[in-house]
Amino acid sequence: MEDLILSEGQYRQLLVGLRVTLSVLGWSFLLGVVLSLSVGVMRLSSNRVVRGVALVYVEFARGISSIILLFIMAYAIPILFGFQQGSRLLLASLALGLNMGGYGAEIVRGSILAVPKGQTEASIALNLTPFQRLRFVVLPQALRIILPPFGNLTIEILKGTALVSLIALTDLMQVVSIIRQQQLANQVSDVTGLFVNVLMIYFVIAQVINGVFRLAERALDRRFSSRPGDLPTLGGPATAAAGAGG
Amino acid sequence: MTAAPPSTSISEAPAGGRHRRWYRDPGRLVPVLLVLLGFAVLASVEAPRGRFRTDVIAGRDEAFSFEFAVSIIAPLGRGLYTTARATVLAFTITLVLGLVLALLRRSGSRLVRWPAAFVIEFIRSTPILVQFIFFQQLVRAIDGVSLGAVQILILVLGVHYATYASEAYRAGIDSVPKGQWEAAIALNLSPLTTWTRIVIPQAVPNVLPTLGNYLVAALKDAPIAGPVLGVPGILFAATAIRGDTFRQVEPFLLAGAGFLLVSLPAAWLVRRLEARVAYERT
Amino acid sequence: MPTNAPEPQPASEVSDKGAAAVRFRGVHKAFGDNVVLRDLDLNVEPGERVVIIGPSGSGKTTILRVLMTLERPDGGTITVGGRHLYHEEGRDGSLRPAGEKHIRSVRSDIGMVFQHFNLFPHMSALENIMLAPVQVHGKSKSEARALGLELLEKVGLAEHANHTPGELSGGQKQRVAIARSLATDPAVMLFDEVTSALDPELVGEVLSVLRDIAEEGSTTMLLVTHEMGFAREVADRVLMFDQGQILEDGTPEEILRNPQEQRTKDFLGAVFEH
Ligand SMILES: Nc1ncnc2c1ncn2[C@@H]1O[C@H](COP(=O)(O)OP(=O)(O)O)[C@@H](O)[C@H]1O
Ligand SMILES: [Mg+2]
Repeated sequence: MEDLILSEGQYRQLLVGLRVTLSVLGWSFLLGVVLSLSVGVMRLSSNRVVRGVALVYVEFARGISSIILLFIMAYAIPILFGFQQGSRLLLASLALGLNMGGYGAEIVRGSILAVPKGQTEASIALNLTPFQRLRFVVLPQALRIILPPFGNLTIEILKGTALVSLIALTDLMQVVSIIRQQQLANQVSDVTGLFVNVLMIYFVIAQVINGVFRLAERALDRRFSSRPGDLPTLGGPATAAAGAGG
Repeated sequence: MTAAPPSTSISEAPAGGRHRRWYRDPGRLVPVLLVLLGFAVLASVEAPRGRFRTDVIAGRDEAFSFEFAVSIIAPLGRGLYTTARATVLAFTITLVLGLVLALLRRSGSRLVRWPAAFVIEFIRSTPILVQFIFFQQLVRAIDGVSLGAVQILILVLGVHYATYASEAYRAGIDSVPKGQWEAAIALNLSPLTTWTRIVIPQAVPNVLPTLGNYLVAALKDAPIAGPVLGVPGILFAATAIRGDTFRQVEPFLLAGAGFLLVSLPAAWLVRRLEARVAYERT
Repeated sequence: MPTNAPEPQPASEVSDKGAAAVRFRGVHKAFGDNVVLRDLDLNVEPGERVVIIGPSGSGKTTILRVLMTLERPDGGTITVGGRHLYHEEGRDGSLRPAGEKHIRSVRSDIGMVFQHFNLFPHMSALENIMLAPVQVHGKSKSEARALGLELLEKVGLAEHANHTPGELSGGQKQRVAIARSLATDPAVMLFDEVTSALDPELVGEVLSVLRDIAEEGSTTMLLVTHEMGFAREVADRVLMFDQGQILEDGTPEEILRNPQEQRTKDFLGAVFEH
């Protein structure tokens, strides 16, 4: 455990990898959120076919291992669909995003169900369209319930991004392997310094994700009520105040 | 002052049925027994050794060859078995270490509680792939210690999911109402009796579905050890076949399908368990 | 949803389009084996204030919910301002189940205030009121804001415009909910026990707002309430409801002072005991 500080050159290499890691994270998060919202709503559709399609997707996305899905995306899909020059980065993001969407859809569905029925009824009485009910009344309230588990899900996706090194993308993890090869060539036996550094980087990103979601939660809470401690709770055992306000 | 009537009369106690212990309820017992049986089989029987290969040669211009796909089912199955076996062995570590971590996390001393919380959070929020390689390199760098790839997989996977399990245990323990602890104190039960007879029996049914979910999740992470450690699991098998035959559609598609074949029923069992618990709570 | 529209009645019965604000013909509604509305016939004239009373579980809420399209009836027809709510009329006068678009268009004539307010907790009082005018009626934000402030003034809450429901008392919440419904300018307004969830000292402020609406407007009102004094004051007509049917129908004087049916007497006796 001689040295926990790496050389400047090594940090610069890590930075290059970090950029790939973050863009995979960004793209798959984007796709994951879109899929979560749309499939989560589809799961509650009154149309049986729509519901069925959504259920099949969710079961598939949650049932398959993300590493295997990644390999299918990277190796099987381009041949099956006949494109050789597909961007690995986008294919990888697609795999991780599909994976996230399956879990996210179930979170969205549960949160929508947790919004009191009276809210939908009031918006019917105001003659809002089904889309407007969702957009202005139900989803904003479901969002408060969605956020905490979505933060955890995003961290799972961050962890999943390390897998893209296995399909030859130069992400953070891949850079670590490269640096390790260089170290071995130079007879450096200590591995702790390098790995503590990279684990720390992942840990810090995870904490940042945590922080961002906390902030978002707090911002929403402020919208619900400017008086702390008087927040309407959604779902769960409703307090008397929430029952009355909801 | 006045003699209170004997606490809620016996006739009010729910008769039979509803208040059976969880392990007498077939809806919960059956999934648990199935899992235990699977555990036993997987733990005791190793996959037959051998290379992952096929003699069938598919046409070059075929995107998907059915004949080729059928011929690689057996080797892939062997790989899947190895993956499942390692997962199950890892999970025994998860179950025990998770409980230890949960207790450390609840310790009265900050000197214990805070480091435990940090270690749990740290392992939980960093990629298991990095942990695999770190541990492998660490073991390799230490003289006199040598661990096989499967052993590294089992250890790292087990510890990784122990951090998840610890949170599940903690939530389960916290779900036992405070009044139960207070009643145990009022009855002057020893701490050991309080835990074994009061807390754990009430916490277990709530924790089981979550643990089941983590078992499925661990199974999904186990194939990672193929490419990075060389564990002859399902992904390793698929990659080996690809290297041999230069065909990459069938091995990976089939690996995915085979995986679903295991994880979907497993997830279904867990959901049954969950539904049971939800019903019980109402 | 339109698939389970109620069975249409024979054409002869529906041909006379009166000017009735609301008309139920043979409306039937059951939850499983529990028949809640039995062959209900009901006419409400434009501008009429009808108070519905009756024991708990007799189906009062269900009448309002069926009219608000929150529950679909199993049979019968309902018209609002002469237009069928759940059916579309062919050129030959035949009825077929209505689509969502038709229902929405008829529904725009109806508004409802709920027992538990159902305010949107993530919006301020003013935003609650502005939502429908902007989204449904296509008003501009500034028009809607002016309307919202005017209505808040009317229910005595002008200075609470920017408060969220979590910051309002029960009585204030209900007054905002009334203003929210008024903002859609419905021809028919439904009130389902709007004071039942309130602390006793807050009931008065809500009733006085209802009184104002009853006095000034031409709005047709259907009110379910246990406030008999209030009923006598504002009602043109009182319906005594029991077991999914209208047991007695008359002026407040007739029903409240001089009920004919034993069950009405029992019910009123129980209510006035408090
Ligand atoms: N959504 C529902 N599902 C099943 N039963 C219902 C439902 N809504 C109302 N009921 C039943 O219908 C009957 C009438 O209810 P309601 O119209 O609320 O009566 P009221 O408002 O007069 O108290 C009651 O027996 C009630 O239990
Ligand atoms: Mg009612």
